[in-house]
Amino acid sequence: MSTSDSSPPDSSPSGRRGLITFAWLWVGAPLAYGLYELVRKATQLFTG
Amino acid sequence: MSPPVAPLGWSRWLVPPAALSVHLSIGQAYAWSVFKPSLESALDLSGTQSALPFQLGIVMLGLSAAFGGTLVERNGPRWAMTVALICFSSGFLLSALGAATEQYWLIVFGYGFVGGIGLGIGYISPVSTLIKWFPDRPGMATGIAIMGFGGGALIASPWSAQMLESFGSDNTGIAQAFLVHGLTYAVFMSLGVLLVRVPRPAKTAADGGPAPLEGVQVSANSAIRTPQFWCLWVVLCMNVTAGIGILEKAAPMITDFFADTSTPVSASAAAGFVALLSAANMLGRIGWSSTSDLIGRKNIYRVYLGVGALMYALIAWVGDSSKPLFICCALVILSFYGGGFATIPAYLKDLFGTYQVGAIHGRLLTAWSTAGVLGPLIVNWIADRQEEAGKSGESLYGLSLIIMIGLLVIGFVANELVRPVHARHHIPAQKEAVDVHERQQPA
Repeated sequence: MSTSDSSPPDSSPSGRRGLITFAWLWVGAPLAYGLYELVRKATQLFTG
Repeated sequence: MSPPVAPLGWSRWLVPPAALSVHLSIGQAYAWSVFKPSLESALDLSGTQSALPFQLGIVMLGLSAAFGGTLVERNGPRWAMTVALICFSSGFLLSALGAATEQYWLIVFGYGFVGGIGLGIGYISPVSTLIKWFPDRPGMATGIAIMGFGGGALIASPWSAQMLESFGSDNTGIAQAFLVHGLTYAVFMSLGVLLVRVPRPAKTAADGGPAPLEGVQVSANSAIRTPQFWCLWVVLCMNVTAGIGILEKAAPMITDFFADTSTPVSASAAAGFVALLSAANMLGRIGWSSTSDLIGRKNIYRVYLGVGALMYALIAWVGDSSKPLFICCALVILSFYGGGFATIPAYLKDLFGTYQVGAIHGRLLTAWSTAGVLGPLIVNWIADRQEEAGKSGESLYGLSLIIMIGLLVIGFVANELVRPVHARHHIPAQKEAVDVHERQQPA
């Protein structure tokens, strides 16, 4: 691409790492809760 | 409102959680059924009436995605996520008012109409931005976001049920639950609004002016005039119809299928089967969509549609003689169903470029609305007719399975007909570069 001003796609300076971790935890925590409940329910297929 | 341009050093790995915060929220729509029994007893409603807010929500999702796509492209992802946040949360708040005052029409209007606009705009809001941030892995990027839509129901389903248990299932308890949902989702989605950024516009090395986007670029208005758009419309519609046919009737289907065998399926085991299908649906979105970055979009749809048809044929052929095989085939079909949803934005990007891919995706989602009606209609109608004819067990579904195979074959053929878009539909490079540049300037 003929760019002189575009962001490097994978750049994640240390200042952003905290924000990246926070953002992924923000969405990851409820998803983990949902998956935990799902696994609990799914095991009923083999035990129910 | 001009799109928020990323400052220097902004990480693209902040964009997927921004997208997920919206998709995990609006995915709640598929957990609406949790509220149905409480609403029916508190407001004296029939099953059909209590499904109205969800049905209107899905209709509004399709309409707002189709007609709002161009606005989303023009105003950018932050505007779209803000609209989605306001509409989706307001929908719950209006529903809380409706439940508290026992005005059911307000729940239908709030959750279905207002919240439904939030669903449609929210669904397409991050797609174009993700593709621009991840030009090397568009399938994976959109797969993460669209996986969130599947994950939203996994979170909301137990969470809403626990809330109703705590607040009570009368109209006051339902109102409190709606209120908490509206406020919580507003806070949760605000992460997306705050974090989302579009990549910095590329500039030509020569004169510092806006550089044209790479590859073929087609506008949304031109795209719907191409055979490629309609081929993909058929592909998505057939793939979703085939998946939804199983998903919608999964619990009674596995129970009926093995009713006449020595190992019938209990109600709790059937609920476990449904949960497992949800997991396959969600994992298929990220797994298969990421795989498409490696093997190509056309090839992955050959797998979804071709192997999907084989899985249906295997279920029809083996019948009720093998429960593990039935479960495995159903899981593969549902993973293809999720994969089909998640891969389509990247397929659109390959064919039409990134110029207005969000708007084109929005218009293609009308295929989802059509499939949402077609799939359940086919399976339910045929099962009812077969039951009237005195059939039972697996024979209730034999004809449905054959129809699903036929639909997948139609989708397979449509996928084979997809060719690169003719040059007469391409937009001139300079016009597209200036449009993109203007959209990213401060107002």
